[in-house]
Amino acid sequence: MANKPMGARLGNMKSATGTLLASLLCILIGLVVGFVVLLVLGAVTVAQSGESMSFGDLLSTTWHSGFKAILHGGFYANANVMGMGVRMEILQAAPLIMTGLSVAFAFKTGLFNIGAAGQYTVGAYFALYCAIMLKLPWWVCLLASALGGAIWGAIPGIFKALLNVNEVITAIMFNWIGLYAVNTLIYQAGTGPMFNVNTTKTHTLAAASPDSMLPTFNVGNYFGNMFKPSIGIFIAIGVAILVWILINKTTFGYELKACGHNKEAARYAGINEKKNIILSMTIAGALAGFGAGLFYLSGSKEWEPLVSTILPATGFNGISVALLASSNPIGAIFSAIFIAHITVGGGFMTAKLFPSEVADIISGVVIYLCAFSLLFKGSILKLLGGKTKEAKAVKPAKNPGKGGDA
Amino acid sequence: MADYVIEMLNITKEFPGIKANDDVTLQLARGEIHALLGENGAGKSTLMSVLFGLYQPEAGVIKKDGQVVEIRNPNDATALRIGMVHQHFKLVECFTVLDNIILGAEPCKGAVVDRKSAKKRVLELSERYGLKVDPDAKVEDISVGMQQRVEILKMLYRDNEILIFDEPTAVLTPQEIDELMEIMRGFKKEGKSILFITHKLAEIKAVADRCTVLRKGRYMGTVDVKDTSVEEMSRLMVGRDVQLVSAKEEKTPGEVVLKVDGLTVPSKVHKNDAVKNASLEVRRGEIVCLAGIEGNGQTEFVYAVTGLEKPSAGSVTLMGKDITRAKIRDRSKSGMSHIPEDRHKHGLVLDYTLENNMVLQRYWQPQFQTAGFIKSGAVRTYADGLIAQYDVRSGQGAVTIARSMSGGNQQKAIIAREIDKDPELLVAVQPTRGLDVGAIEYIHKQLIAQRDAGKAVLLVSLELDEVMNLSDRILVMYEGEIVGEFDPKTTDVQTLGLYMAGAKRM
Repeated sequence: MANKPMGARLGNMKSATGTLLASLLCILIGLVVGFVVLLVLGAVTVAQSGESMSFGDLLSTTWHSGFKAILHGGFYANANVMGMGVRMEILQAAPLIMTGLSVAFAFKTGLFNIGAAGQYTVGAYFALYCAIMLKLPWWVCLLASALGGAIWGAIPGIFKALLNVNEVITAIMFNWIGLYAVNTLIYQAGTGPMFNVNTTKTHTLAAASPDSMLPTFNVGNYFGNMFKPSIGIFIAIGVAILVWILINKTTFGYELKACGHNKEAARYAGINEKKNIILSMTIAGALAGFGAGLFYLSGSKEWEPLVSTILPATGFNGISVALLASSNPIGAIFSAIFIAHITVGGGFMTAKLFPSEVADIISGVVIYLCAFSLLFKGSILKLLGGKTKEAKAVKPAKNPGKGGDA
Repeated sequence: MADYVIEMLNITKEFPGIKANDDVTLQLARGEIHALLGENGAGKSTLMSVLFGLYQPEAGVIKKDGQVVEIRNPNDATALRIGMVHQHFKLVECFTVLDNIILGAEPCKGAVVDRKSAKKRVLELSERYGLKVDPDAKVEDISVGMQQRVEILKMLYRDNEILIFDEPTAVLTPQEIDELMEIMRGFKKEGKSILFITHKLAEIKAVADRCTVLRKGRYMGTVDVKDTSVEEMSRLMVGRDVQLVSAKEEKTPGEVVLKVDGLTVPSKVHKNDAVKNASLEVRRGEIVCLAGIEGNGQTEFVYAVTGLEKPSAGSVTLMGKDITRAKIRDRSKSGMSHIPEDRHKHGLVLDYTLENNMVLQRYWQPQFQTAGFIKSGAVRTYADGLIAQYDVRSGQGAVTIARSMSGGNQQKAIIAREIDKDPELLVAVQPTRGLDVGAIEYIHKQLIAQRDAGKAVLLVSLELDEVMNLSDRILVMYEGEIVGEFDPKTTDVQTLGLYMAGAKRM
């Protein structure tokens, strides 16, 4: 008896390893494609400027002033810049983890939350309103951001559950409704109380409400003295762990996953699938909104109602994070850090030669490949399977010893 | 040397991890009716797919009229004049019978389909073989029996000389089955060769000349039907003696457990009601069977009783409590268990592990959770217990993903879960569909054990053998109405057939 679950657990571990290796393979291929793109871009730029460059030199330029920056991400060589880079990376990773969790959570219930961007936007407004207007402490502002996102996530959920309207369509519309509503509320033709006419942004938290800013943590002077990131990243990681527990260890998670895998069977088992759809979208929205809270309450960025006519990329990158993580909440931590890493790194490339959007190309390719990750997983498992067969052959020799305590 | 029209010699077809056909030989003589017998999963469909060019075998050759042929796709098969009536008909519902028959082989006058000559030809064929159809009716409006005749006409229209029937009797009434047998004999007289795929021994005995038996992908032999007893063929198919009739003791039914009164359920497919004013009672210690041809409202009736669909009129009472509008969870709590018709759609969360499926109806009970946290240890112990007790076999025990299990074991898992709930009423819908003889035997025993333990059992089945074998009372449903009630001891399959086809009603 004791051996059976053991072997099964090994099987599950093998499957998990397969998923991880497949994701890493996606990343590797994505990076290679990114390098080739950089190479081509470099060659084009050089050719346009009329200079000539040997292929060796081109390779070396692409590597040193382009690709290396992407690989280094926030940890770019120059000590002063590095402090800023690392800080930026951590700053971006925290909300990305949250939007990634948001999308992953909805995936578990079989829903596609493409509305993370809108929920993020509304979450940002709630957080900033509580901070700038009400001067509430940071943790209240954070909870408010989650509430804002939850409301914005619940709406598509309600439409889906009660009227069977596809959540993708509703969520996309509510992305824009949310964005323009928030911009209008903040700007109010330049008279908005949260709007600073001089900077054309919202008031800085440092000036308006220092109490509403997330606490920072100090890692000394190792990365230069600019380095004082907020604790947002730790909160995000903590939430990811909570989400993992919720999904895997609770009856609520059991019901959500049952609905996601097989709605009809869930209904047959007496699970209220409509309630679960609404709850799932509400929680997904809360997670995305919370991410906005973590970002804007860090005090490093203000909302720009005049520029923000495009939806926040963090919302959509959440989809990438969730896909790369195979909707695993713990995986979302790492995939969010990876995407933040290459995005920040993209900004450090020699701008004359390489546009920073190459980082987007890389993450795009990685995500595209993620669609094939099941395929990769299959072949990786086959490779692993070959090895486990050998392992199995050895196993029986060990069994007699175990037999005693079985 | 016999005159073989088709020979499949030493065919081997492998899929990852399984040999679906292992050195199988099938020789079809000209002008014979040849049965292909085997349980589900024995490799019958794979063999036919090889013959149709859907799969390429790893080893073995196919000969037509003694010549080796290569069949790379279904078009090759058609060119060799091989035709097939699939178990699930391949007809365009909104086309007329005529259009369906000529589809893909339309006679043309220039760019225009020459329906007139096509119709003449179809009527001629229909007359000659006694295949009554209305060429101008739309397929969606005609009966299943007529749809099958359309499929047969499709083969005849294409001058096929090798006709394959894949489980053709599953959807027919006993009378229609007799008719089909007559038609098959007619083809034989015309010199056509027939391959008849089935797992029903009585039909083989009635119509086939020879019978090839497969078991677990292996060729068990070819026998002459007239020299072989049903028992022998069944032993070849299963590999051991099978108790074809389940023993069951006399029992006097007790109090009423389920009372359905005037139930009416709207249809999701058409505008009429799927169930019309149906009433029945199921008492303790009896198995009541709802018989009928597929699609006569049994599914909707069960949906309404179990809460998956809302009735538009009538009432459902369980143990004296009105549950017409009750939630599914509350019905389950009140003592109803439901073995659903479609185990993949309703019965299991296929991507869940076996243990998670085992607690699907009771994960919320205090035994399995505290404050919303699932006690994984308790779930594992419980699942392991059920697995052992009901002999559910799987690759990795409790943590096997349900999807990877065989149909029979999936069904066993559902039955274990539903019976272990210790219900007052067990609703079992086609509990043995698609299972092999061994599993069927086992499930029948479980149902009878429930009855003997004083539970009420409502069984819905399309298999008349099962109906006659298990039930204490038989109710026949036709077009949503209950048209007759019978005692299996005093009625026969022929009588039931008349009611199932709507020819008679009480």
